[in-house]
Amino acid sequence: VNKYSTGVGRIWVAVVFMFRLLVYVAAAEDIWKYEHDEFECNIKQPGCENVCFDHFFPVSHIRLWALQLITVSTPSLLVVFHVAYRENREKHHNQKLYRNPGEIDGGLLCTYLISFILKIGFEIVFLVLFYKLYNGFKIPHLVKCDMRPCPSSVDCYISKPTEKMIFLYFLVATSCLCIILNLSELTYLIFK
Amino acid sequence: MDWGTLQTVLGGVNKHSTSIGKIWLTVLFIFRIMILVVAAEKVWGDEQQDFVCNTLQPGCRNVCYDHFFPISHIRLWALQLIFVSTPALLVAMHVAYTRHEKKRRFRNGEKIDIEELKNETIHIRGPLWWTYTSSIFFRIVFEAVFMYVFYYMYDGYQMPRLVKCDAWPCPNVVDCFVSRPTEKTTFTIFMLAVSGICMVLNLAELCYLVIKICMKVPGKTT
Repeated sequence: VNKYSTGVGRIWVAVVFMFRLLVYVAAAEDIWKYEHDEFECNIKQPGCENVCFDHFFPVSHIRLWALQLITVSTPSLLVVFHVAYRENREKHHNQKLYRNPGEIDGGLLCTYLISFILKIGFEIVFLVLFYKLYNGFKIPHLVKCDMRPCPSSVDCYISKPTEKMIFLYFLVATSCLCIILNLSELTYLIFK
Repeated sequence: MDWGTLQTVLGGVNKHSTSIGKIWLTVLFIFRIMILVVAAEKVWGDEQQDFVCNTLQPGCRNVCYDHFFPISHIRLWALQLIFVSTPALLVAMHVAYTRHEKKRRFRNGEKIDIEELKNETIHIRGPLWWTYTSSIFFRIVFEAVFMYVFYYMYDGYQMPRLVKCDAWPCPNVVDCFVSRPTEKTTFTIFMLAVSGICMVLNLAELCYLVIKICMKVPGKTT
């Protein structure tokens, strides 16, 4: 993807790779590894912990993070496919149809713009999803749960809430940085 | 842990570094990334499972662990390595941009030294000197910041055997025992020492670059 990007696009690729993917794989995954085993409720009733965990974490942070990384990186493939299609067409007709298949003009510019709008859209969608699902970007130490079969309101303790919160803020910060980079690249292409 | 890709990226940077830069990269790979992946991760692998508190109260262990270890050593080291390696990307991007510009000018018909383009020897001068020097400066800053964060968060570099915890819901002051404290202290001091060595190497490289440019300037004016 790097070959067909503008200068800002290359910075975006570097940021996504270093600060998001690498941090996810190298650090974040381990924090959420045993989240269900370490989720403890102040009760011996079997099934209560399972039900409470499922109620408070419908989709785990780490899975949402992974989905976000995948969906945000995919629109860049549109550009790669379009350039490959152009090169294929040139080969098929056996003549030079384009000055340079990788040059950003005409149809390729449209593809580029669409890919940016999609990237920005997906980033915002996931940020809103995180916010709505977990009531903000905070992770509490303690949640009170009164789902069946828990007999009454039960205290449940989340493991490593501070560490998870730090990495969540890190995720939000890099997400916003990527939105800004995408917006600036979009403006640059439009003005050009 | 996918450090292999980071290794490939940084390996490309090796071509455009000074000799001290190459030594820094070697130290980074062998003594930090390799040790982190091969040894340190296993030592911290069972940290919450084996963190035991002298109470049966559910939730006390979680809360105490979170209170004493807001962010684990191993995660801090991973972040430190990522942040310290990132300035090298700046240099790689600058070199790629310079090469791209040369190719573009050559394609537009300007006279370019073809031999130099073919050999691709990049000399650290002009704007690249500034990029390279600022990348070393940022490396030093990040190293220092993380070393301070470690010191501030964990009250020094020693891992205690026993911590006393009275966070709710623990009934009163409860003894909690950290797993493998001596091994963790050993690795913390080791990583600290290697961090210090990397900082010294970066400082030396910075001085070398500054002296080199200072020696060139009087030569130009004569």
